[in-house]
Amino acid sequence: MMRTSLSNCTARVTLALLVSLGAQTVVHAQGRRPGGPPPSAQAAAPIDLTGYWTSLTTFDWEFRMVTPRPGDYENVPLNPAGIQVMDAWDPARDTAAGEQCKSYGAPSLMRNPEHLHISWQDEQTLKLEADAGEQTRLLHFVRSDTDRGPASLQGYSTAEWEITRASLGRGGGRNAGAGKVLGGDLKVMTSDLEAGYLRKNGIPYSDRTRMLEYYDMMPQIGGEQIVIVTSVITDPVYLTKPFVRDSIFKRLSDSAGWAPTPCSATW
Amino acid sequence: MARNNSQFRVNSLRAVTLVRGMTVAVTLMLGAAALPLQAQEQVDISGSWVAPGTENIMERAAGPVAANFLGMPINANERALADSYNSGMLAEPERICQLYNQWELADGPWNLRFWPQISPYTREIVAWVIEGTESQAGTTVWMDGRPEPSDLAPHDRAAFSTGRWVGNMLVVRTTHMKSAPIRRNGVFNSDEATMTDIFAPHGDLLTATYVMEDPVYLTEPYIYARSYDRSAERPVSPHWDPCIVNYEGVDEGHVAFYLPGRNPLINQMTQIYHIPEYASQGGAATMYPEIRDRMKAQFVASYHTFPRKCTLYCSTGFPPPPAPKTAGKASAPHD
Repeated sequence: MMRTSLSNCTARVTLALLVSLGAQTVVHAQGRRPGGPPPSAQAAAPIDLTGYWTSLTTFDWEFRMVTPRPGDYENVPLNPAGIQVMDAWDPARDTAAGEQCKSYGAPSLMRNPEHLHISWQDEQTLKLEADAGEQTRLLHFVRSDTDRGPASLQGYSTAEWEITRASLGRGGGRNAGAGKVLGGDLKVMTSDLEAGYLRKNGIPYSDRTRMLEYYDMMPQIGGEQIVIVTSVITDPVYLTKPFVRDSIFKRLSDSAGWAPTPCSATW
Repeated sequence: MARNNSQFRVNSLRAVTLVRGMTVAVTLMLGAAALPLQAQEQVDISGSWVAPGTENIMERAAGPVAANFLGMPINANERALADSYNSGMLAEPERICQLYNQWELADGPWNLRFWPQISPYTREIVAWVIEGTESQAGTTVWMDGRPEPSDLAPHDRAAFSTGRWVGNMLVVRTTHMKSAPIRRNGVFNSDEATMTDIFAPHGDLLTATYVMEDPVYLTEPYIYARSYDRSAERPVSPHWDPCIVNYEGVDEGHVAFYLPGRNPLINQMTQIYHIPEYASQGGAATMYPEIRDRMKAQFVASYHTFPRKCTLYCSTGFPPPPAPKTAGKASAPHD
């Protein structure tokens, strides 16, 4: 009799625990059905990057808004081999060779003064278009070798959401627990790059360059929606250490200002 | 029978213990779920963070070129104030320590250190303290929900900062600041300015965003971003020599400044970087890509006349990697 009572009691408490845990999961797990497939990258997005954005150049202006002076590589951890390549920079030669887009590759694209249009190409691929140089980057949430071609200006980018959730334990955490989504960021790794320029004045990066990026959407401040793109560029050929930069983008309400402009080797 | 009674007591005890244990578990779970998110979601941001030195080095270390207001959303009043600036004024006793304000976290030389203040009673983190290299005031970011002081409260170098977690980001709002430089060539914030700092850690990388809003001198928020690497091996010292007000050779009653239109350094951005004066004078328009349309024709036409060899402010001085040592070669002294 007691054993039966104990079993009932245990069952009730266990049921309460399961219901409690289950409620957390059902309510906060981005609509994922128990046992179902994981949500697509689009459905799982903790932040909405889609829309039109304009760059804000509030520092390093003289290296970004105009073509920097020949031989100026301030801030760049360039090694002697890189300096040698930079000193040989000839924009006329690049133009004649049809290489006027060398300063629009992925490692420099987000640093250019420009507008961005971000949209979902499909549920697992984020498309990032820049009007400067009329460039397009594809950020793949599902890595597929069939998507990968030869090295290119924009390379091959794999993306993942870093999701911050509420947890029932101490502290929050990235991609941990099944609690409510509190925020997150986009992490992107880019490889398979053609050689290009970090700046318009011929500061080189090699085809062995890799780039890690984080896209952080800031809480609204002064009515503005801001995204910060932090990039960490490593190049064993021309850099002495990782080249870390931050770029600021402000959300626009529409496409006004979107002005596709072809690549230029001098501007 | 005695054995049955004994077994009954054991079972009863186990049952009570189990029920109590599970009740406590459920209570703890529900209690944890009910905790404010601020308490739940604190991320350990403590430690030393070192600026890699690959952004805006000149402005942060040696100091910017005079009259470089590029990318700053300043208004005409601020421009007039900045054009009158003479760095000699920092030798006046009243202004010797003026550089050391809250914005120096953004614009100061190099590194940051964070540490928590923990309540001895609740064991909760009640504040984060942030110190930057050479910073004098530091920032205490109150996390305990205390209200801002009255608008009439004194403004001091430490100002007043409160923080909250938004996802993984520590968002800090600072008020009650003193007027101080936001670029070390004469651009000042007013004492009505407020600041928002956002610290977003990504493992061993920290992205920091600083936003200055100033109804007196800025027409739009001035936004700045920086990244830092976690430095586990070389702690950033929280101890810096104090700023001591002293006689620095400025006679009493002398104030260094330039009259309107008399600043001889106003054209430095044109002389050094070939940037037209209407751009170097700043303003919100200089933050946006459209400013390039105005500059393009003149800049492209004259670019071929620029010296082919950069001679001033051309590199940060990153040392090249050490050359491999040649076997058998004798080392020179200090090699």
